[in-house]
Amino acid sequence: MEIATREFKRCAVIEVSGRIDSATAPQLAAVLHDYTDKGQYNLVLDMSDVDFISSAGLRVLIDTQKTCERLNRGRLVLADVPEPICEAFDLAGFVALFDFYDEVVEAVGTF
Amino acid sequence: MSLVVLMPRTQTRTFPARYESLAAIDRFVAAAAEEASFDECTVYQVELAVDEACSNIIEHAYGGEGSGTIECSYRIQDEELTVILRDQGQPFDPETVPEPNLSANIQERTGGGLGLYMIRQIMDEVNFDFESEAGNVLTMVKRKKHSMR
Repeated sequence: MEIATREFKRCAVIEVSGRIDSATAPQLAAVLHDYTDKGQYNLVLDMSDVDFISSAGLRVLIDTQKTCERLNRGRLVLADVPEPICEAFDLAGFVALFDFYDEVVEAVGTF
Repeated sequence: MSLVVLMPRTQTRTFPARYESLAAIDRFVAAAAEEASFDECTVYQVELAVDEACSNIIEHAYGGEGSGTIECSYRIQDEELTVILRDQGQPFDPETVPEPNLSANIQERTGGGLGLYMIRQIMDEVNFDFESEAGNVLTMVKRKKHSMR
């Protein structure tokens, strides 16, 4: 898994590529925590190059969303999610917990 | 060639019970699902179910990384893929895992029990057995023509 980040005026974009599984989920959690610890609660996760995400990754997203949404101070949104992952999110009852956008630029524009 | 196609195809490989092994285990099983002619989303879901099962073995049966091995076998026959995972860890009782509350408000979601829930949603058959000699034996079957919903 590789992670790159970009910061915008009102949000940060986290681009993840590769696998988010039990081995790599802690790295993603660390990057997301860095942002929330700094007070950046508007986050876009660019998933276009994610090959795989297991429940270990889903737990990281749930925990981050909880932190961001507290006191209505922000939210984590998901952009450009590949189709097989979308289906798995649906299976996990995940769709209602996040806003999904087709394009990163569209997600950034909502903040 | 037709004789080869009719024969069940089987393969077994043993991996160290470490999270780093998950990518290799997933590739091994994804190749089997592709060989069974499953579509892209089904290949992904089989990979996901096996990843969740192996993560549970490492975390719960072995109580962490580096304590043993996971033997992964598959068998393809008649548009059906059977995956068998064996470990020598603590006996696993799936009845002790609570069902995740999927309708819960995000502040109440824990993510616990999600792996086992997804395994059961994805696979057509899921059987947990414990044998004193063989240890935990998890057998999962995915059929090609089964519609998930």
